[in-house]
Amino acid sequence: MNYWPLLGVAVIVIGFALRFNAVPVVVTAALVSGLLGGLSLPALLALLGKSFVSSRMLLLFVLTLPAIGLLERAGLREHAQRWMARLHGLTLARLLIGYLLLRQLLATVGLTGVAGPAQTVRPLLAPMGEAAAQKILPNLDQADREELRAIAAATDNVGRFFGEDVFIALGAVLLIQGFYTQHGIDLSPLAIALWALPTAIAAFAIQSVRVWLYQRRLQRRAAALRSDEVG
Amino acid sequence: MLRIEYAYWLIAAFLIYTGLRNLRDGHGWHAAFWLVLGLLFGAGDYILKRSAAGHALPSQLAGVGVIALALLAPRLHRKPHPENSSAETRLQSAIRLGHRLFVPALLIPLVTLLVALFGAWLSIDGHPLFAAPQMTLTGLALACVVALFAASRVARTPMHEGVAEGRRLLDAIGWAALLPLLLAALGQVFTQSGVGTAIAAIATALLPTGNATAALLAFALGMVLFTVIMGNAFAAFPVMMAGIGLPLLIRQYGANPAILGSMGMLCGYCGTLVTPMAADFNLVPAALLELRNPYGVIRAQAWSALWIFISTVVLMWLLVFR
Repeated sequence: MNYWPLLGVAVIVIGFALRFNAVPVVVTAALVSGLLGGLSLPALLALLGKSFVSSRMLLLFVLTLPAIGLLERAGLREHAQRWMARLHGLTLARLLIGYLLLRQLLATVGLTGVAGPAQTVRPLLAPMGEAAAQKILPNLDQADREELRAIAAATDNVGRFFGEDVFIALGAVLLIQGFYTQHGIDLSPLAIALWALPTAIAAFAIQSVRVWLYQRRLQRRAAALRSDEVG
Repeated sequence: MLRIEYAYWLIAAFLIYTGLRNLRDGHGWHAAFWLVLGLLFGAGDYILKRSAAGHALPSQLAGVGVIALALLAPRLHRKPHPENSSAETRLQSAIRLGHRLFVPALLIPLVTLLVALFGAWLSIDGHPLFAAPQMTLTGLALACVVALFAASRVARTPMHEGVAEGRRLLDAIGWAALLPLLLAALGQVFTQSGVGTAIAAIATALLPTGNATAALLAFALGMVLFTVIMGNAFAAFPVMMAGIGLPLLIRQYGANPAILGSMGMLCGYCGTLVTPMAADFNLVPAALLELRNPYGVIRAQAWSALWIFISTVVLMWLLVFR
């Protein structure tokens, strides 16, 4: 067993821990692991280039930027915030939990590309979330806003991850089934997908409780501020 | 017929535009970075075709391009461009346009959804309108074009200003946009150079597997750890299954394979939530939402990941040996 390629993992861990620019860290790690793993430099370059262009789909989100940029310049975020401020029944927790449910259900039927950080979180969910939080605590500072946007992105991720495994025709289930078929165990995709349901429900409950707890924290800060003003 | 390759060419055009605009503004390093990336995107199909035909030179040149990007990235300073519009004009415009602003924004998910649901049945003169591979993503690309068109109509602004705004946002995201592709390439290199098998060998040697519960815990923790290192639960799954899952848990302790496979994979997903290696879910959104802390999204979801992991392991322990 050749353990030397593991130095590439060490490069990643040290590079990320020291907060170096991640791009050269990742490329260095690839070169270290590849060369120590016995690949020749030409073969390594070819592998690097080929796998890079094979995953071009991962940059597809940049195509959303012109439309979103134009709409933001025309006041999309300001309008989303003003609208949220008028909707009295829609609290921060209800907004985020509603989005979580929708995102998870869409992923459950295989529609993961429909929503996402560029498609829905930046233009819609994040500004609406900020406005909903402002209804509780009017003077949010920059750190609060950033935490809120991070929570919106986290809610999007949790919804996607723990919905998609329930869908029978998506990567994860087919990978599991394929692995078992190779090793002589025959399972239907449905049998595998069904067992993702308990975790899907748990993930929904956990993220909902965390969102609700965050809202309660904001409410307590608002109450403390009010009592300070009175006292 | 609409193919995903058209979307890549569209991205290449956008990247080259961003590069040229930076060149005009005198930001040479930014310009070089986006131009090299744009060339890689534009030439991608050619590179893959030549590679499939057994010619390695184009892919090797692409590899040199990737290294050039790595050398350029540290010279990119993520200084957000000043907004082109004042808060006051944006507010005025928001009041004037109202709910109409939502229409183009909602068109992005809506058109994607329609293509994903009905794209397979659409055809003109017997020719299918959408190519089957990556149909949802082709739909997303189409949706972006439709949304840009609609946004320009709603805001009564020429479309090229939208592209200019998009360039401003892309410059604000900077090199973080590149990480998902690089990490995917790194995953391939790790697999080819035997990093996966080396980690699996260490994991199986170190982790306690003396009884069924310990082996199950080792399997679940191994899935998380391996996913954190590789950035992808799909890479972790075959390795941990072949190392602990199949020989010990299923063959020796009689675990239910459907439950073990499904919930084991979900343990890996908890790892995806906490690793910077899964850049497209964790680092890119942080850049997109203009968070100062690149690990802000990871921090926001770490506790969720831990609790989901614990509940999945408990469920697995209760169900898998029945």
